[in-house]
Amino acid sequence: MMLAASLSSGWFLENAFLIPLIPAIGFAVIIGFGRRLPKGGSEVGIASMALSLVIAIGTTVQWIQRVGSADGSSGEHALGGVFGFARSVFPAASEGGKGGEAYVEPVIRSWTWWQSGGLEFGLGQHIDGLAVMLLLLVAFISLLVQIFSTEYVAGDRRYTHFFAALTLFSAGMLVMVLAENMIQLILGWEIMGLCSFMLIGHWWEEAANSRAALKAFFTVRVGDMGLLVGTAVIFFGANQWAVENGSNGFSIQAISGWAMSGEASSSVLFWGAVALFIACIGKSGQFPLHTWLPDAMAGPTPVSSLLHSSTMVVAGVFLVARLYPVFYTGFDIGGTNVNLIAVIGAITIVIAAALAFVQNDIKKVLAYSTVSQLGYMMLGLGVGAWLPAVFHIFTHAFFKCCLFLAAGSISHSGSHHSFDMKKDMGGLWRKMPITAGTWMVSTAALCGVPFFSGFFSKDEIIDNAHNNGYNFFYYVGLIGAAMTAAYMTRATYLTFFGTARGAAAGEHHDEHGDAHADDHADDHGHDAHADDHGHDDHHGAHAGPHESPWRITAPLVILAVLAIGSGYLNAPAVGTHYFTDWVEPRGVAVELESYAGDEGHSEALGLAALPRAEEGYSEGCGYTDPAPGTVCYAPKLNHAKFSWGKAAPSILLVALGIGISTWLSLGVFGGRRNPLAGLTSRFAPARWIHTLLVRKYFLDDLYERVIVRAVAHPISRAAYWVNQNILDGVVNGVGRSGRTAGDWVYRNVDQRVVDGAVKASGVVASESGHALQPIQSGRVNQYGALLFGAATVGAILLILLNI
Amino acid sequence: MYAANFLLLGAVLFSIGVFGVIARRNAVMVLMSIELILNAVNINLIAFALMNDSAEGHVFALYVIAVAAAEVGVGLAMVLMIYRNRRSIALDELSEMRG
Amino acid sequence: MSALLATEVNVAQNVGFYIIAALMVYGALRVVSTRNVVHAALWLVVVLGGVAAQYILAAAEFVAVSQVMVYIGAVMVLFLFGIMLTRATIGAETDLNNRGWGVGIPVAGLLLAVMVWAVIDEFGSSVIEEPAAPMATTAISDVFLREGLVPFLALSFVLLAAAIGAIVLARKD
Repeated sequence: MMLAASLSSGWFLENAFLIPLIPAIGFAVIIGFGRRLPKGGSEVGIASMALSLVIAIGTTVQWIQRVGSADGSSGEHALGGVFGFARSVFPAASEGGKGGEAYVEPVIRSWTWWQSGGLEFGLGQHIDGLAVMLLLLVAFISLLVQIFSTEYVAGDRRYTHFFAALTLFSAGMLVMVLAENMIQLILGWEIMGLCSFMLIGHWWEEAANSRAALKAFFTVRVGDMGLLVGTAVIFFGANQWAVENGSNGFSIQAISGWAMSGEASSSVLFWGAVALFIACIGKSGQFPLHTWLPDAMAGPTPVSSLLHSSTMVVAGVFLVARLYPVFYTGFDIGGTNVNLIAVIGAITIVIAAALAFVQNDIKKVLAYSTVSQLGYMMLGLGVGAWLPAVFHIFTHAFFKCCLFLAAGSISHSGSHHSFDMKKDMGGLWRKMPITAGTWMVSTAALCGVPFFSGFFSKDEIIDNAHNNGYNFFYYVGLIGAAMTAAYMTRATYLTFFGTARGAAAGEHHDEHGDAHADDHADDHGHDAHADDHGHDDHHGAHAGPHESPWRITAPLVILAVLAIGSGYLNAPAVGTHYFTDWVEPRGVAVELESYAGDEGHSEALGLAALPRAEEGYSEGCGYTDPAPGTVCYAPKLNHAKFSWGKAAPSILLVALGIGISTWLSLGVFGGRRNPLAGLTSRFAPARWIHTLLVRKYFLDDLYERVIVRAVAHPISRAAYWVNQNILDGVVNGVGRSGRTAGDWVYRNVDQRVVDGAVKASGVVASESGHALQPIQSGRVNQYGALLFGAATVGAILLILLNI
Repeated sequence: MYAANFLLLGAVLFSIGVFGVIARRNAVMVLMSIELILNAVNINLIAFALMNDSAEGHVFALYVIAVAAAEVGVGLAMVLMIYRNRRSIALDELSEMRG
Repeated sequence: MSALLATEVNVAQNVGFYIIAALMVYGALRVVSTRNVVHAALWLVVVLGGVAAQYILAAAEFVAVSQVMVYIGAVMVLFLFGIMLTRATIGAETDLNNRGWGVGIPVAGLLLAVMVWAVIDEFGSSVIEEPAAPMATTAISDVFLREGLVPFLALSFVLLAAAIGAIVLARKD
C-alpha cells in the first residue's frame, strides 16, 4: 500500500485555466490593435497559441507525473487488463490494490462566476487525462494552422479579422475542453459555433460562402437545442444528489458521480442522454445532420483543417466522452448490443464513405472522410470502447489536419486555386514531392495501414466492438475500413498520379472561369482572394505547379511525422499503452468523505467543493451500484486483447480496398482498357446509385424542398390568407356592423366609421389598379391584434387546463 | 382591502392599453398605450408583493419602470427619425415589414 | 399568503381605492379615445398619478416615489417633446385611429373577461391584511444588491444602450 496524499501536482496543473485565457486575451489584442501591428495581428495570434502550447505541454508533463505518483512504484500494468479509475477533487491519495487501478483525481478548481436564485455558476477547470490530451492537441494544431495561414491568407483584406477569429475559436475550444461545469461547456461550445460561422463565411462576398456559413450555423443550432435541453434535464435529475454531496447539478464531476450512483432515474438519464446526443449529432456532423460539414469546406483551407477535421467537429465526440457515465448508463452500453450512439455512428461511417467516392473536389473527399471517421469515434463510444475512440480523436487530428493542409498546399501552389481533382490535378507528385509524401503518409494512416497511427486507433475500435458483443457494428467497422481505403486511393490517384490535367499541367485558366459550371463551382476561386497580392511573383516566376514555401511545408512535415508516430503512444502491437495509463479514467469506487474537514484548505486553494476521495476501491463500477458511502466517476470498461490474428481481417480488407481502387482508378481514370470503365453510363442500377450519391441521398433536397416547403410555406401561406381574408374581413365587418350598431361605445363612433368607410372606399378605388397590393390598414396594429388575440387564446387554454 | 381590487384594476387598465395599441394610428399614442399596459402589470406586481409581504415584487416593479423609461426613450427617438424621413408617424403607412 | 389574509375590510381604504380607480379608468379610456394627442398625454398623467396613489395605498412608498419621478417627471416630458417635435398642430385631429380600430374591442373585451374571471375565481373573497408599516426601502435595496444584482447590472446596461441608441437615432446627420 502506498502513502496517502502522494498524488503530485504542480504549477501547470493548478493553472491550466491559463491555456484558454491567453488566446482569449490574444483575441482582444488582435481585434483592438491588430491592424496597427506590423504583421496585422498574426504575430499576436501565433504568440498566444505558442504560449498556450507551452503551458499545455507543462500540464501534460505534470499530469503524467501525477499518474505516475498515483500508480507508485508498482507501475507494471497488465496489458489489456481491466483498468478503472475514479475521479475526485483533491490531490489526495487513493490507491487500488494493483498498479494501474489506482485512480487519479482530476485537478478541479472553480471560481464563482455569478449566482442567481441560490445557484452558483462557476468557471473553472477540470483537468483529467481527456482534458490534458485535448488541450495539448488543440493548442498544437492551432499553432500549426496559424503558421500555415500566415502564408495561405497573406494579403487578404480581412487578414486581421481572420486571425482574430481563429484565435477566439481556439480559445472557445479550450474553454470547452477544460470546462468544470456544463454552463462553461456551453459557453465554449457556442463560442466555437460563432467563430466557425465567421470563419466559414470569411470570404462572404460570394453568395455560396455566406450560404455555407449560414447552413453550418443553423444546422448545428438545430442540434444545440439538444444541448440546452439535455443540460436542463440532467441538472434537474442530478441536482439533488449533487447538493447532498456538496456540489450542484451543473458540475461535470457531480453529474458523472450521480449517473453512476444507481440512484439516478433511468428515464431521466435516457432522455438526458438522447438530448445531449442530438447536440453531438449536430456538432460532430453525424447522420442525419452531417450535411453542413462538406459545405463548410467553402471556408479557407486552414479553417477546414482546424475546424472541420481536428478540433471543432470532435467537440461532439468530446461531449460524449466527457459525460460518458451519463451515456453509459442512459443507453446501458455495457448491457446491450445495440444503442443509439452505435447505430448513428455506424450509419454515418457507411453513408459518408460512400459519398466520398463520387466527389471531385479534393476538400469534399476529405470532408466526407472526416464525417466517416467521426462516425468511427461515435461507434467506439457507443460500443464501450472509450479509450480507442478518444485515441482515434488524437491520431485522426494529426493525419486529417495534414491531409487538409496538403490539399491547401496543392491548391496554393499546384493547381492554381482549384480544388477539382478531375480537372486541375494529376501527376503532381513529381512537382510537389514534399506535399505528395506527406499526403501519402497521412492517407496510409487514415486507411489504417499497419504501423501507421490510424491502424492502432481504428483497429482497436473495431476489435473492441467485437469484444464487447457488438457484432453487427464490428462488421460495419470492417466494411467502413475497406471503403475508406478505397476512396482515399481514388483521391490519391487522381491528385498525384496519372496525367497532369488543367492547372496541374501548367494551364492558366480564368479563376472563375467557364470550366466550373458543375456543382462544385462554389468552391473554386475562393482562395483566389489570397493571390491578388503577395505571391503573384511566384506565379510570375514559375507558371506551372511547384512546391510550396517552407511555411506551408514545415507544418505538413511535422504533421506527417506525427501521423506515423502518434500511433505508438498506444500501440498494443508493439506493447505500448501510455494512453491507457494517462488518459483513461479509472472505474474505481471511492469513498465519500465529509467535506467540512477540509474547508480551510479548499478555500485557500480556491478548490471546488466536491466529494473527497479517499482510498479504497471496489470492483464493478458500472456493473453494480457503488456501495453506500462510495462513489464511482466512470464505468469500468473492458479492453480487447490485441492479436495479429484478430487484426488480420481488417488489414486484408484495407489491402483489398486499396487494390481494387487502384485497379479501378487505373481503368477508369488512367485510360487502360477495363470492363468497368463507363459502367455508370451503361448499367442502369449503377447509374441510379451514382445519382443517389451525387445528390447526397437527396437529404439536402429533403431538408430544403420537402421540409421547408411542406412546413414553412403552408404556414406562411396560411398566415397570409388569415391576414388577407379573416382579419380584413373582421376589420371591414366590424366597420360595417359598427355603422348600423350606432354609437354604443362612444358618442362619435358613427361619424368616425362613416369617415373611415368613406376613406376606405377612396383607398380601394385608388388601389384597385394594383390588384396584388394588399388592401389593409396599419399592419403593425394588425400584428398587435394578432399577438394579443393569441395571448388571450393562450390564457384561456391555460385556465381551462389548470381547472 | 379585497385582494381582487388591485388585480381587477390592473386587468381593466391592461385591456384598455391593449385596445389602444390595436386601435391607435399615431405612433406616439401607441407608445402611451404601452405605458398603460406596463403600469397595469406594475399594479399587479405591487399587489402580489403586498399579499406575500415580500420585497421582490417591488424590485420587479422598479425593473419594469426602468425598462419602460428606456423603451420610451428609444421609441420616441425612432418615432422622431421616422417623422424626419417621412413627415408622418402614422403606423399604417409603415409597411416595410410586410412579408 | 394565506397567513396574511385577514377577514376585516378597511372601509376607508376601500373607498379611497374606488375613487382613485374610477378616475384612473376614466383617464385611461380618454387616453385611448381622445382626438387630441396633447390631451391624451395629459390624461395619461392622471392615470400614472393614480397608479402612484394606489402604490401608496398598497404600502409601496418607494415605488410610488419612483413612479412619480420617472413617469410623471421624465417620461411624460419626453412624450410631450415627442408630440411637439412630430406634430406641430395642437388641437383635435381626425385620423388618430386606424381604419381597423374596431377589432381592438373584441380582443380587449375578451382579454378583460378572461382576466376578470381568473382573478375573481382565485381571489374573489380573500382580504389582504393591512400592513403594519410600508415596505422598508432597505428591504428593497437588500433584494436589489443581493439576489437581484445580476439583473440590476443588466438593466444598467440596457439603460446605457438605450441612452446611446436614442442619441444615435435622433441626432441629425
